[in-house]
Amino acid sequence: MQNHQFIVSLLVSNHAGVLTRVSSLFARRSFNIDSLTVGVTEDPSLSRMAIVSWGDDYLREQIVKQLQKLVDVKKVQLMQSDKIVIRELMIVKIRIKKGELPEVMQAISAYRSNVVDLSPDSIAIEVTGEPAKLNAFLAYVAPYEIIEMCRTGPTAMGRSTYCLENDTY
Amino acid sequence: MVKTGAQIVISTLLEQGVDTIFGYPGGTVLHIYDELYKHSDRIRHITTCHEQGAVHAADGYARVTGKTGVVIATSGPGATNLVTGIANAYLDSTPLIAITGNVATSMLGRDSFQEVDISGITMPITKHNYLVKDISRLAETIRDAFALASSGRPGPVLIDITKDVQAGSAEYLPAEADTPQLLEPHVSERKLDEAARLIRDAERPYIYCGGGVVISNASQSLIEFADKIDAPIGLSIMGLSAVPYSNPHFLGMVGMHGRYGATKALYESDLLIAIGTRFSDRAVGNRLEFSRDRKVLQIDIDPAEIGKNIGVTLGLVGDVGEVLDALNKKLEPQRRAAWGERIAYIKAHPDHNLEMDPAKLTPQAVIRGVCQRMGDNVVATDVGQHQMWTTQYYQFKKPRTFITSGGLGAMGFGMGAAIGACVGSGRKRTVLFTSDGSFHMNMNEMATAVSCGLPLIVIVLNNNALGMVRQWQTLFFGARYSNTTLDRKTDYVKLAEAFGAKGLRAASDEEYERCLEEAFQADTPVLIECAIDSDERVLPMIPPGGSIEDIILR
Repeated sequence: MQNHQFIVSLLVSNHAGVLTRVSSLFARRSFNIDSLTVGVTEDPSLSRMAIVSWGDDYLREQIVKQLQKLVDVKKVQLMQSDKIVIRELMIVKIRIKKGELPEVMQAISAYRSNVVDLSPDSIAIEVTGEPAKLNAFLAYVAPYEIIEMCRTGPTAMGRSTYCLENDTY
Repeated sequence: MVKTGAQIVISTLLEQGVDTIFGYPGGTVLHIYDELYKHSDRIRHITTCHEQGAVHAADGYARVTGKTGVVIATSGPGATNLVTGIANAYLDSTPLIAITGNVATSMLGRDSFQEVDISGITMPITKHNYLVKDISRLAETIRDAFALASSGRPGPVLIDITKDVQAGSAEYLPAEADTPQLLEPHVSERKLDEAARLIRDAERPYIYCGGGVVISNASQSLIEFADKIDAPIGLSIMGLSAVPYSNPHFLGMVGMHGRYGATKALYESDLLIAIGTRFSDRAVGNRLEFSRDRKVLQIDIDPAEIGKNIGVTLGLVGDVGEVLDALNKKLEPQRRAAWGERIAYIKAHPDHNLEMDPAKLTPQAVIRGVCQRMGDNVVATDVGQHQMWTTQYYQFKKPRTFITSGGLGAMGFGMGAAIGACVGSGRKRTVLFTSDGSFHMNMNEMATAVSCGLPLIVIVLNNNALGMVRQWQTLFFGARYSNTTLDRKTDYVKLAEAFGAKGLRAASDEEYERCLEEAFQADTPVLIECAIDSDERVLPMIPPGGSIEDIILR
């Protein structure tokens, strides 16, 4: 069976140890995690996670079923890629030499990204978008010296009536 | 009314109908033990020699009674000593509540004396666990824990309670004894119809059952089902005792050390109906061969088990008893003459029931001797060759009478489990089959059996070796017996006597008969050491990852 990347969204109890329960499940069952994001929801008793994972159909099914067995996991949804918006945030700091700034600024504008810090020899840029856009931006700035970078990992939400709370409202 | 945390623990346990607890006192559970002292008329506490013995006892008690077992241990080493027993209950789906004390909330995270993060340690081996730091959540947590441990697919739940919570006070509101049942899944009519169609279309259906049938108390439904569709039954180790040995459909245990006919017939089937089983590798061997050329209908209460180890044609998620009853209503009686004849032929094959050499005291004779005297009392085992011989030669009559460590395969399980099983069965005669290897792991619990005055017969099959490992070394490691020849100088008779039990020894059939005669008259613990050959092997054997093609018969 072929491997695919997929996103699983979870609603989980918002209390200590839940992140450990979820990540330890992935570890002990040899499930893959590419990224995991978590944050509180409009209901403070619940947090929402977006886990990017990969594997074949068997693994995908097992991941959902095993997650559903965790008491702290209230809802699990395998996100259908054509029905969702995906966003990731990246901050990348690159070294700039004299005269390079205008060219970098052009790229920043083309990628609709923002300058979040500027010093005489470095610039920090915030890029938001689908992971592919972030990758493209990274490829563009590759000739420059990347001093450091960080990515949040993608988070995702269904479009229109496609909701995690109760599948559709 | 206002109660202390320790009083709330006892009150909620009483709400849940708990009348027996296994445990071991210590610094961080002193408050709970103080309340146990005051409630000794309503809750019997059995103090073991080691927390591992206590948790295995709670496990054995739960398996025999069908109730949730309860074990209490102190923080730190008390808690870590529970770990093997909790893992054991997790793998065999036993409903179990483990209550541990922990250091006071203000001392947590400071590496205080006897502090361990037991909820962190047991996270992967519990259905769920709790660290209670707020007394206002205590009663609710214990009620939730009981509901969780016994509902759906049962399992262990650990509740770690800090010392200040036990000592503190809070308002306590009594609750109904019956805990809120978590929502159980129900199978749709459409799926039941699909299953019925698969069964009708099958020429050679085969029923393969696991512990789920025992847990669900579904033996009668299963037997009716087998009669109705005229199909043979093979069991996993956890399923043993679900069907009486005498049932004409019963072929024996399937798998690595299963009966030849049970596995052979499975491989000739065109529809495998798997009920309450998780297709352990020890039962399945080669996963692809196991399900090749046959359809698989799997019934289990845990949705994650459907298709986890074996791909299925159709999965039904629900309580197996409920699903079987629904199928029994749907299906008309079927007859499969050709398949029946073929099964009879396989069953008559000399390899189906291997007889051991009658000239010496054999494991077969040891186990049959007990079986002939026992009625439907409980039999427990430890882990290793003696365990497999018990599965092969003991003829179980009633569900919940076979207590063994199936999934975890924990040597040392037997003594504690047999004690719990004996207590759970109302102190009826209980037999433990163990071995020199397993018995030495937790033989300290002989002292517990003696203090409780239990009618327990401990049969030690002594081959002076770690027999199962030795067998693998014989077969797969060129007979290089690395560290498996024990030759211990233990005098079992004196040892039993030193514990205050009766000790007997048998090296021949005649001696063994005399020992049994005496043991079955005693009403206190008796140990019988049976001297058997070091090279006695468990056969047949399908090597790990193998199929029926690879079976070793002699």
